[in-house]
Amino acid sequence: MPDKTQDLIDQKLQDLNNDGVDRRGFLKCMAWAGTGLVWTMSGGIPVSRAFAKSHDRKAGKGGDFSFVQISDSHIGFSKPANPDVTATLQTAINKINAMPDKPDFIIHTGDLSQLSKPSEFDTLDQVLKGASAKQIYFVPGERDMLSDNGDEYLQRYGKGTKGNGWYSFDHEGVHFVGLVNVANLKAGGMGSLGHEQLEWFEDDLKGRSASTPIVLFAHIPLWTIYPDWGWGTDDSEQALSYVKRFGSVTVLNGHIHQIMQKVEGKVSFHTAMSTAFPQPVPGTAPSAGPMKVPADQLQRVLGITDVNYVVSGRSLAIVDSPLGDSGSSASGGGAPGVVNSFFG
Amino acid sequence: MTRKNVWVTSLATPVVIAVLLSLVGPASVTANDQPSAANAAVKIDNFVFGPQTITIPAGTTVTWTNSDDIPHTVVSTEGVFKSKVVDTDEKFSYTFTKAGTYPYYCSVHPKMTGKVVVQ
Repeated sequence: MPDKTQDLIDQKLQDLNNDGVDRRGFLKCMAWAGTGLVWTMSGGIPVSRAFAKSHDRKAGKGGDFSFVQISDSHIGFSKPANPDVTATLQTAINKINAMPDKPDFIIHTGDLSQLSKPSEFDTLDQVLKGASAKQIYFVPGERDMLSDNGDEYLQRYGKGTKGNGWYSFDHEGVHFVGLVNVANLKAGGMGSLGHEQLEWFEDDLKGRSASTPIVLFAHIPLWTIYPDWGWGTDDSEQALSYVKRFGSVTVLNGHIHQIMQKVEGKVSFHTAMSTAFPQPVPGTAPSAGPMKVPADQLQRVLGITDVNYVVSGRSLAIVDSPLGDSGSSASGGGAPGVVNSFFG
Repeated sequence: MTRKNVWVTSLATPVVIAVLLSLVGPASVTANDQPSAANAAVKIDNFVFGPQTITIPAGTTVTWTNSDDIPHTVVSTEGVFKSKVVDTDEKFSYTFTKAGTYPYYCSVHPKMTGKVVVQ
């Protein structure tokens, strides 16, 4: 009997060995991947595997890379929901700086400030200066448009952008588009892209191969989450029709201060936590305003999003991490992350 | 006069006066008893303008007070008036001189709408 058991164990070990990872390597993977599990769809069948980031990333053109999304820093806000949003933003930056694989850049999906005040933008810049990733891309939130037509925001962060601050760029073969859906909002409506921007967007995508991975980022969600609270974009359908032909589209948004996700065909939608304060789940509160949580839980409902692009994958792996665990402001990679979004 | 008559007369007088006064109507109105024609108030709270529709006579000044913990704006959809950002406990006022209907909304949270009807 012991022999049979031993045979079984040997067989299992053999199987483990067959996939090219020995036990030690496997355990090493699991230690990192204690932070998450990646589900992939392979031929329509979900397959899970530990997501191990290898340290020998292919650098250079067309290689794997990662970036971080932060959102809704609301610098200038100081009410009970979070009396020190600058400190929590700093915690987020510390967390980014402590990541074992440095992100290539940071994307901020808007509501940088609370009231578009110059002093608020100054404070934000001060904190971001300390980020290890020197390249930061922004799109404005409605809070950043409060000075005439968003002049203050555009002056600081709008260089090289068009209209109210839209633009696109390429990185390692992935095409990124920053969209602005917080300008010229109509009474009774939700977010809005507007005709001029839609025309530019359609033109921007022309001629790009359908195998180019696309990442769209905008403040207000580009899919309808909860119209009563304005959580959606009135004319996003048209924008999404332009990316229909692409094999991999990832949409990153903010505005709602909580994680929500949707996968529709080849398009993955993801909203990020705020670094300032949480907001209620739709329908659970009379309005979408800042939600107070017990002080020792605040760090758990604020967070950053690590987005990983792997050349062999079809879409991007997204890992959301809260700023802290049980009240501690963990700046290391210790706080468990939740892996969402998937490889095709 | 007999004593009875005197009594009746003295009682009758205050009664008569009281009846006369009651016919005149509630003339003793202090400034706080009724909304005066000059001012009206709208309270902003929980992403709502309350009351959502107010009806006022021309010449009234409407004051919006933000009791929400988030800043809002008060913007006429026809471009008639436009507030700066109104933070918590801040106010915005506008005097309506012409009769008409004035729909407005919060330009930051456009689902928030209201209406001022000026008669």
